[in-house]
Amino acid sequence: MADASYPTDLLYHPEHDWARIDGDHATLGITWFAQDALGEVVFFDPPEVGATTAAGESYAEVESVKAVSDVIAPLSGEIVEVNAELSDSPEAINEDPYGAGWLVRIRLSDVSETASLLDAASYESSL
Amino acid sequence: MPAAPRRTPLYDRHVAAGARLVDFAGWEMPVQYAGIREEHLAVRERAGIFDVSHMGEIETRGPEAEALLQRLLSNDVERLAVGGAQYSVLCNDDGGVLDDLFTYRLAPDHYLTVTNAANHVKDLAWFRRHAEGRDVTVDDALERWAMLAIQGPLARECVQAFADAPLPERFTVATRSLAGHTALVCGTGYTGEDGVEVLCSPDAAGAVWDEALRRGVEPAGLGARDTLRLEVCYHLYGNDLMESRGPIEAGLGWCCKEETGFIGSGAVRAVREAGPAERLMPFKLTGPGIARQGNPVVGGGEVTSGTLSPSLGVGIGMAYLPAARAVVGEAIEIDVRGRPREAVLAERPLYRRPTA
Repeated sequence: MADASYPTDLLYHPEHDWARIDGDHATLGITWFAQDALGEVVFFDPPEVGATTAAGESYAEVESVKAVSDVIAPLSGEIVEVNAELSDSPEAINEDPYGAGWLVRIRLSDVSETASLLDAASYESSL
Repeated sequence: MPAAPRRTPLYDRHVAAGARLVDFAGWEMPVQYAGIREEHLAVRERAGIFDVSHMGEIETRGPEAEALLQRLLSNDVERLAVGGAQYSVLCNDDGGVLDDLFTYRLAPDHYLTVTNAANHVKDLAWFRRHAEGRDVTVDDALERWAMLAIQGPLARECVQAFADAPLPERFTVATRSLAGHTALVCGTGYTGEDGVEVLCSPDAAGAVWDEALRRGVEPAGLGARDTLRLEVCYHLYGNDLMESRGPIEAGLGWCCKEETGFIGSGAVRAVREAGPAERLMPFKLTGPGIARQGNPVVGGGEVTSGTLSPSLGVGIGMAYLPAARAVVGEAIEIDVRGRPREAVLAERPLYRRPTA
C-alpha cells in the first residue's frame, strides 16, 4: 500500500473524498486516509452512469472484508463515467487511491460548490 | 462515561506489530495486522497466532461440580473424561441460548469453562445462582488466564518445538511447559484448521507469543478469526446465537442431550420433536456482492453472519430461514441494502481443505 499522501491539485471533502476538477467535470475518489481506515477493499459496486450525486450525500459503497462504507459525494452532478476496472480489481482503491482507484466522473451541476471544498493542507490538518 | 477498554498482556506486542486495535466487548483487541485476507490465508496454509485473552474463564470445583455442570450445560458432562474437552450451549429456562462454551475437565472435581467475552459476567452470575446450596465453588478465573490460539497446518509442529512433551490430541487438554512456562494446552480451535489453544498465566503470554513468532507463526487478528470461523460455519454468539433462538434452530442439536435434564432441556426437546420453525443455513452468493449481518432474505429469513470468503473469493454467510425453505441447493435472494443479491443454500462447512 502506498504511503499517506494528499495531492495538492485535488479538492477534498471532510468525509474523506477527493475531487479532481476539470472545467465543468470532476473525477471523484476516496482519500488515502479513507482507504487506510477501511482496510483492503474487496468490493466496489459502481453506480449507474446517468445517476446523480448530491454534495454531502452517499452515491456508492466500498466494502472491505469486515465492513461497508458509504462514499460521500464532494460535489453535485450527473455521473458520466464509472471506473469499470474496479469490479475486477477493487484493490486499486488501496494501491492507487488518486490514480487507478478513481471511482466515478461527473458533470457538475453547480461549479460554485467547489468553493466549499478543502485544499490539501486544510484537509490534512483536519485528520 | 463508558469505562476505558481493557488491554490484554500482549497489548504492547500488538502495537509493535502494527495492529489496528478496536474495542471488542470492552477490550482493546487487534482486528488485523498485515490485512485480514493475508492473515486468513496464513492460517489456512501455514500457521497463525491469535490473542484471545479477552475470552473469560470460569473454574468449577468440588464434589458437586459435575452435577452442577450437568444441570447447566446442554451436553452430557458425565461423558467428559479428565483431560477431555466438550462443546455445549448454556440455555435459559425457555431453551434460548445464553452462550456457547468449551469446557475442559482438568481433574475429577475441577472443570474450566471458556466464555465469550461479552457474556462472561452474565454466565458467571448464572453459574453462581445455580450453584447455591450445592457443594461446589464457582470462580471467576478471567484474570488468572491469558489465552492464545495457534492454528493452521503447521501450528502443532511450531508449538511442539518449544514444548516439553507431546501436545495433546484434538479435543483433549494437558498441562505442558511452553517456553519454560506452565500452560494448559488444548487441542481445540475456531478456524477449521488443526492447532492448539493455550491457557497460561498473563505473565507467561509474552514468552509464548514471542516463541511462536520466532518459529514463523504469523500474528492474526479478530478479523481473520471471524472469516476463518465463518468459512467452516462455526457459530458466533451475538450473531448466530442469541437468547431469542434455541440450539435446534442453530443446528446445534448434536451437543444437546435432553435426557440429562439440563436447564431448558424441556423446551429444546419440544422443538426437536415438533421440528423448528426456522433453521440456520450456510449460503454462498452466486454473483457479486457481500451479504452482512441483518440483511433480510427476500420472502422470509435473516442473515446473521456475512463476509467475503478469502479462501473462496465469494460472499458467504449464515442465515435463519423458515424451515420449509432451509434446504441445501435452494436459491435465495438477499436484500443487501436495497439491492437483491442471488445466493444458494450450501452444505456446511462452506470451506473444506483441498485434498492433496
